[in-house]
Amino acid sequence: MAELQFDKTGRLLFTKEMKKEYTILCPMMLPIHFELFVDVFRNCGYNVELLTTSGPNIVTEGLKYVHNDTCYPALLVIGQFIDALHSGKYDLDRTALIITQTGGGCRASNYIHLLRKALHKAGLDQIPVISLNLSGLESNPGFSITLPMIRKMAAAVVYGDALMLLNNQVKPYELEPGASERMVQKWTKDLCAQFRQGKGMGLKSEEANLFQIVKDFASIPMQKVPKVKVGVVGEIYVKYAAFANNHLEDFLAEQNCEVNVPGLMSFVQFKVDNRLEDIKLYGGSKAKYMVVKTLMDYVTKMQDILIRAVKTEPKFAPPATYKHIKSLVKGVIGYGDKMGEGWLLTAEMLELAESGFENIVCAQPFGCLPNHICGKGMVHRIKKVAPNSNIVPIDYDPSATRVNQENRIKLMLAVAREKLAAETKQEVSGK
Amino acid sequence: MVHIHEWSINAAGLREGVILKVGLDVGSTTIKCVVLDDQNQIIYKSYERHLSQITQKISELLTKIRDEVMHGADAQITISGSAGMGVAETCDLPFMQEVYATRVAIGKLIPDADVIIELGGEDAKILFLSGGMEVRMNGTCAGGTGAFIDQMATLLDISPNEMDQLAEQYEKIYTIASRCGVFAKSDIQPLLNQGARKSDISASIFAAVANQTIAGLAQGRKIAGNVVYLGGPLTFLPQLRQAFDTALHVKGICPENSLYFVALGAAFSSDTSVDIDTALKNVASYGTKAAFLSIDPLFNNQEEFDAFQKRHESCRAKRGNLNTYKGPAYLGVDAGSTTVKTVLMGPGGEVLDSTYQSNSGNPVPIIREYLLGLYKEHPDIQIRSSAVTGYGEELLKNAFGIDFGIVETVAHFTAAKHFLPDVDFVIDIGGQDMKCFKIHNGAVDNIFLNEACSSGCGSFLQTFANTLGYSIEEFARLGLFAKHPVDLGSRCTVFMNSSVKQAQKDGATMEDISAGLSVSVVKNAIYKVIRASSASELGKNIVVQGGTFLNNAVLRVFEKELGVNVVRPDISGLMGAYGAALYAAKKAGDSSTLLPLSELEHFKHEVKVTSCGLCNNNCRLTINIFGGNRRFIGGNRCEKPVTKRSSQSEQNMYAYKLQLLRSYQPKPGPRGKIGLPMGLNLYELLPFWYTFFTQLGFEVVTSPLSSRELYIKGQASIPSDTVCFPAKLMHGHVDALIEQGIQNIFYPCMSYNFDEKLGDNHYNCPVVAYYPEVIAANTSELHGLHFIHDYVGIHRKRDFPVKMHAILEQYFDGIPLAEVKQAAKAAYDAYDAFMKQIRQKGNEMIEEARKQNKPIIVLSGRPYHLDPEINHGIDKLITSLGAAVISEDVISPNVKKFRVGVLNQWTYHSRLYAAAEFIGTQKDMNLVQLVSFGCGVDAITTDEVRSILEKHDKIYTQIKIDEITNLGAVKIRLRSLFAALEG
Repeated sequence: MAELQFDKTGRLLFTKEMKKEYTILCPMMLPIHFELFVDVFRNCGYNVELLTTSGPNIVTEGLKYVHNDTCYPALLVIGQFIDALHSGKYDLDRTALIITQTGGGCRASNYIHLLRKALHKAGLDQIPVISLNLSGLESNPGFSITLPMIRKMAAAVVYGDALMLLNNQVKPYELEPGASERMVQKWTKDLCAQFRQGKGMGLKSEEANLFQIVKDFASIPMQKVPKVKVGVVGEIYVKYAAFANNHLEDFLAEQNCEVNVPGLMSFVQFKVDNRLEDIKLYGGSKAKYMVVKTLMDYVTKMQDILIRAVKTEPKFAPPATYKHIKSLVKGVIGYGDKMGEGWLLTAEMLELAESGFENIVCAQPFGCLPNHICGKGMVHRIKKVAPNSNIVPIDYDPSATRVNQENRIKLMLAVAREKLAAETKQEVSGK
Repeated sequence: MVHIHEWSINAAGLREGVILKVGLDVGSTTIKCVVLDDQNQIIYKSYERHLSQITQKISELLTKIRDEVMHGADAQITISGSAGMGVAETCDLPFMQEVYATRVAIGKLIPDADVIIELGGEDAKILFLSGGMEVRMNGTCAGGTGAFIDQMATLLDISPNEMDQLAEQYEKIYTIASRCGVFAKSDIQPLLNQGARKSDISASIFAAVANQTIAGLAQGRKIAGNVVYLGGPLTFLPQLRQAFDTALHVKGICPENSLYFVALGAAFSSDTSVDIDTALKNVASYGTKAAFLSIDPLFNNQEEFDAFQKRHESCRAKRGNLNTYKGPAYLGVDAGSTTVKTVLMGPGGEVLDSTYQSNSGNPVPIIREYLLGLYKEHPDIQIRSSAVTGYGEELLKNAFGIDFGIVETVAHFTAAKHFLPDVDFVIDIGGQDMKCFKIHNGAVDNIFLNEACSSGCGSFLQTFANTLGYSIEEFARLGLFAKHPVDLGSRCTVFMNSSVKQAQKDGATMEDISAGLSVSVVKNAIYKVIRASSASELGKNIVVQGGTFLNNAVLRVFEKELGVNVVRPDISGLMGAYGAALYAAKKAGDSSTLLPLSELEHFKHEVKVTSCGLCNNNCRLTINIFGGNRRFIGGNRCEKPVTKRSSQSEQNMYAYKLQLLRSYQPKPGPRGKIGLPMGLNLYELLPFWYTFFTQLGFEVVTSPLSSRELYIKGQASIPSDTVCFPAKLMHGHVDALIEQGIQNIFYPCMSYNFDEKLGDNHYNCPVVAYYPEVIAANTSELHGLHFIHDYVGIHRKRDFPVKMHAILEQYFDGIPLAEVKQAAKAAYDAYDAFMKQIRQKGNEMIEEARKQNKPIIVLSGRPYHLDPEINHGIDKLITSLGAAVISEDVISPNVKKFRVGVLNQWTYHSRLYAAAEFIGTQKDMNLVQLVSFGCGVDAITTDEVRSILEKHDKIYTQIKIDEITNLGAVKIRLRSLFAALEG
């Protein structure tokens, strides 16, 4: 059994022995993407398992072990870990955890520490926690982020975005229910298999895959009928994790809407771009700027392939380029607002309003600090820039009830339907 | 809310073949219904409370409409309202969102309306109709408006109607927190205890509701033009409408059928014919499924309950016989938030007599009656000594000459020790407060009090029982044998209302809900207040007390949740009074100062209200005048109005800093005026920016000190009602500068602060960093002015001048780089000198305090906690208790960067950790942390500061502050701390 080793500050390390013996648990956020990510890890020699659990016990464990004023995502992620560790399914002397750490000024950078405090409280001090970050925070001898890993990860982000985007555009209109979901599953499996063989990454093979994905989705028979189009933006975890947002996307689908959830790639670009903006705003090393710029160009290239691929089918709407999204907030909010989702959140709302998804749910954890600014704080301004926008901010936390949330969303939808009805009427009478 | 039931029918002479339109508005507390004929005329309407029996009421209504209104006609039905959503969905009836329905009705009936304000049982809504339609509903936090007024009426022991009548005669408006019901409640209670008039309180409550609605919903849009008031509270309470008129400077109208607009809108839009018999059948079958989250029953069978009861019955206090007893006795009084308790005790600790009653908003007459009765009926009992504790401590002590006043924690500990000498943990859940503390070396240590946010305790259960139509005893009993107690989470009352609604919708029985509410009270205590994850963290010998633990369901849940048996004395609800009596007996002198019979008979109590005006806090003082030249002043933060003594001689770093900041006076300059809003990080950076701009030839004008008026003025443009109060204040500050005609306002965005080398990074929190963006996006009055809110990096001293020069170039002509460089140098120097001066002065204060043997309190927070409107004079409260107050930045440079258990990445917060670490090494220093409500970052820092202090065996004290703060609770905390320090 691997020996427990600590660094000089007393932090329990994830060692090379552990890499061989341990199961690493990973929390869930985005089902399609995360399934691919986990495969990337496995491919790099880590025995990672994605936690697909849900249920009330996760919240209960979260409330028990995390400061209750901490944001909801922390409570859920940590609750999910503790729930898994308490489930009896894992050998507690051969289990580690992995969690992302952004290192920004938002309190989310502290999740890892809150997780360790929770583990301590639960008497699980022997469980090492791996920080997944690109900021050079906390290193571990048994875990290293390599260039191939980054490349695979980036590829996984683009594939995940593509599958999510196309699924959202096809599913509401598919003639045979379930066809689109099946296509997502087929491709997830395919891509995982490719990763396992060391394929599927690199701009060339990415291009081949993406074009094929688009083609496959286009082959699903659809019938376009007028539907209310709803965009979902917000704090990254609450926005994406169905468990955190009370299955918002399913609810909207039930309400007969077409949903658009902006992909993960723009968030990645945003986080990389922040480093460039920092240097522009406050000064800094030119060499660092050039290194970051190279990375930025690489991920932008990947995004471009996706856009090109989607464009091959006129019935699909491609995602907007990062450059365009960024240009939308000029004069609305500054590029220096980088904590949490920062200006990107505002930009996404503007982009959605511009591309026909002017009905927007802005989802955030109750009391989310960055969203006071770039979410709720910008609604007034967005209304001025995009008068057609119809935004409803929704707070999520352990006790915010679904009834209240859905009631507010229904209000937004009532306004949206009225508009849709007027537009369709006009179209009909125009003909 | 006032009229429980109102209805009318006018269905005579319906034409053959007419199709009726039915609109049903199922709200959180009431159900409204209208039926329209084909001319859209109302032929039936009704309004009544549903007491959460939603499906039953809908059935009754539909049956009635079928039998008495329809007379065989066809009907088209639409359901609306928050509680109607689920029913409509499951029963396949058309549904319309209620705000939308209101809009439909307004469009038909009052087409020229500009703004609609609608208050319901728990919702508040504003609809902007003209100039771009927008609809707003309160968020999940600010719920409870009608229900809130009901709660407040209960607290005042009058009906909402009476409240309205009283409000008409008000003289003074007190500021009451307008964020949520629970906050307001904790503001009103102390006012009542200080003897404030009910008329003033009633009017203040209405003003608070108006402010809450405006602050929460206007979000930067001006409410003007034709304003229409709708919904129960605004229909029934003219004074509430008046409060809105006053706050908005408009004269709004309350139209005919103002209760029914949602129902009307639903009816107008009805276009689907519904077979009413099928609908009735569907409704009847709804609610029979149990799909809610449930937990294990409290007791599986009668045997378990019997054993439980037997175990707890064995813990009894000794009793004496009041009627036969002669001799000395000791009186203990506990004037709590909602009840007054007394214990009369013999020398052997035996309880001779006890009372427990509601304080009806004023404890004075209750105690007078009690004493009169005691003196008259039992002349052979002599009260040797007396003590009082609780919220009403000072009032009663002064009114009746009670010998001792003691802080509640000490009273409760004294009583607990009597039952369990080696007690090491006490938890008391009373009507309004939850107090828990550990006992360490025979002294109270580590106090946990519920924060204003989660004060759902005894009165919480009581209110729920009442809303659901039960007495609290009945309600508690229901829960004992519930089969599937609902898991309701652990949140404050406002949230809980919606959780209960949801559970009912999902088919939970009243038994399940009762048990579920008990569970949530306990979970709230354990996980939110105490923050424990297991019993072993609390101690081995736990005493539980307070009226709420007399509730067997709560007691059972507590034991089950922690997996431990605890001691509950049979006088659980009287422990404060009993502890006071024990204390009185122990400290008894030769004779008691308690008023004798003769004086009691001529006892007078008069109340005057005034403002202090001796400092910026402008405390609203309540002066109680009793007979015999005795008076008591309540509402003060410091001793000034009482002693007229100045506080010059005190060591108060907060006062010093504030004074120092005032020395930065505007100096006229050739480049004109530039305004700085005095809030958030600019509090600390004033010396920096003042020097920078003054050097460049600007006249630097700052906004005035914060005040309630300044806040109210700016509140309409606050977009997020859950952001911290210091941030909200910024709106008022910027407005103040605009009003002064300042053309250039400087408020930079700053991701980064100075690097003081105490942490891993040196960020500002997201709110401090980017709040200028919020101001820019939501303050329309900034149009045409220069609002300079560019991103500035003062942390890079070398790059700063060039970057700053580029920023200034966008707004001003011809400021050469060389000048900017020079000004920057001066600014950095000025900032350093300022910090040095503060540290020097702070160290002098420490030295002086040590000479005088005073305890030193390091009042820790953020630089902007200096603002008296934010700290509510807590610094003065501490100095009035005889301690010196210094700030964390005085001592934080005394330690080198050290390892903490969190990511130490915010400059201000790094100071907290460093200060805590230093205090750990200082015998006479203790830390009190000020935490702004809604400060997400402090969810992280508080736990860490606590663990640093506990590592050094120090007591951690946290005070949560908001727009308004219940200083009574703050006082308990501080006095308990001092009591513990004295050991």
